[in-house]
Amino acid sequence: MSGYWAGIISILAINIIFAYGIFLPVASGQLNLGGAGFQASGAYAAAFLGAQYSLSTPVTILSGTVFAAILGCIIAWPILRTKGVYLVLATFGFAEVISGFVLNSEALGGPTGITVANFIDWYVPVIAAVFVSIGVFYLMSTRFGLNMRATHDDDVVTDLMGVNVRTTKVFAFTLGAALAGLSGALYAHAFNFVEAQAFNAMVSVNVLLFVLLGGTQTPWGPIVGATFFTLLPEVLRATLPSLKQGLINVFGPIIPATPPDESWRFVILGLCTVIMMMMRPEGLITSTMIERLHGKLRRKPNAQGQPA
Amino acid sequence: MLIVQQIVNGLMLGSVYVTVALAFTLTIGILNFLNFTIPTLFMFTAMMGWALAKWGFPGGVTGPLYWPLALMLASLAVIILSLIIERFTFRYMKTKYGDSTEHAIPLVSSLGFLLIIENLVRIGYGTDAQRFPGPSMDMTLNIGGILVRLPQLLSLIAVCFIVAGLNYLLARTRTGRGIRAIAENPDTASTLGVDTNRIVAAVFMLGGLLCAFAGILFVINYGEVSPQIGEDIGSKAIAGMVLGGLGSIWGAVLGGVIIGLIETMTTHFFGADTVQMSVWGILIIFLFIRPQGIFGHNAIGKGKL
Repeated sequence: MSGYWAGIISILAINIIFAYGIFLPVASGQLNLGGAGFQASGAYAAAFLGAQYSLSTPVTILSGTVFAAILGCIIAWPILRTKGVYLVLATFGFAEVISGFVLNSEALGGPTGITVANFIDWYVPVIAAVFVSIGVFYLMSTRFGLNMRATHDDDVVTDLMGVNVRTTKVFAFTLGAALAGLSGALYAHAFNFVEAQAFNAMVSVNVLLFVLLGGTQTPWGPIVGATFFTLLPEVLRATLPSLKQGLINVFGPIIPATPPDESWRFVILGLCTVIMMMMRPEGLITSTMIERLHGKLRRKPNAQGQPA
Repeated sequence: MLIVQQIVNGLMLGSVYVTVALAFTLTIGILNFLNFTIPTLFMFTAMMGWALAKWGFPGGVTGPLYWPLALMLASLAVIILSLIIERFTFRYMKTKYGDSTEHAIPLVSSLGFLLIIENLVRIGYGTDAQRFPGPSMDMTLNIGGILVRLPQLLSLIAVCFIVAGLNYLLARTRTGRGIRAIAENPDTASTLGVDTNRIVAAVFMLGGLLCAFAGILFVINYGEVSPQIGEDIGSKAIAGMVLGGLGSIWGAVLGGVIIGLIETMTTHFFGADTVQMSVWGILIIFLFIRPQGIFGHNAIGKGKL
């Protein structure tokens, strides 16, 4: 496999894990706009331990995950006291604090970033992504997953039914932080370099949009969202030059014919978001859709063409 | 004396934050909607003003415009843009999903608009900081040993007028009465004959106007524009709004000024790199201790997200 495709597959697997990290809090009714903060803490923990104490790769990845989980648990208790808009702002603020801390810390390399020694090949993130996906699918099918969904739909009624809403929320948030940290640690090793700029506020916004566009009702959503928007720039890289040339042929040179720009990907992501929120605010993959597909596969339609 | 100078600088710096924070606080206080496009609209005014002042209209229709005219046209464009955003983030959802709209939906589509506008500006004009070809009012007044730059003083005065105007609008005019009624309860307001659609559009126009003012103040103060200013100023304005209390005009004013003071003080004592961390650190601590802010009500923003 060429290095180009290996890089794409690594980033795809990492994005899927990251998306699950945001999916878990969102599926339990908490918009987490601080994903980049957790990813950065996992990535920097792994990179720092690898560079400073030359620990082996599995240990650094594990400790990056655990570090992000602990951080998530510590801030989940106070942050989840806040609700709604305040929660969005608090998680956003958390990511800003982490990135400010990294930029000012000399041990973490400040704005220049740190180089990570041990390289992991593309299959490690892929295996991790497969395991994480299976784990999240299982989690969502357990009683705890049901509690999460109930909390998302109505936390007051869920509380009345005897579910400990607070614990559910904190656990979902912590688990999400751990997954985001894992994705960061894998990122650090797969690209051998971490810098604060790779974890800016826009990263948090993008990953939240992946998850919401994919749909938060089922665990299929994050996979679809992350895959679509990770592969989109590759498609654009192939099609955009000819598209621009076509535009220039039709309208004359009003658009400067620059090489394919990464920004187009975000314009498309934004457009998809606006259109999706208008047409299908619950996301692309909904639980009804999954149920319908299941029904089609399981039962044959009867004589009237109606499912039995 | 140095401290007094820093306090004066902080007050001046706060003026832009106050204006953007006012735009935020209006939409959240009245419509319970955290509008993430506001920083982008602010950036759009500055960049559009710069582009018009440099090149005139796209496609070479006219030459460069005189800078006040360019800024005025940019403000007009921003107001139109905010009406478009209102149509697609707020009104559409209201008519389609009714009042039980999940509040996350407008918020998420405003994030979508944030991405669209910001990246289109980047594609069109690049990411570099550009010098605004306009006023270079580098006059400095010396008041009792304290240096005050003239544009900063002017923008502070302008902000005072903006706040006074906003208060007048909300307290005395018919539109203002409608706005307050909708903030209280949209259903009752519309039963009692308030044209909800018109008032909501007016709120968005007002927000756009405030963003435009902020963009103009920024250009006059710094003489430099870049697509990054939205993120920089916007995040500090959000911090100021939360500090003052969501939905409170005087809270936004006080919060913006406090953030300006925090910024100059941390720059003075710890260096410029720590500003972001201290602003957000203080904000998070504040959110834990007193989430409703200094002047805010408990009820605002508590809606289901």
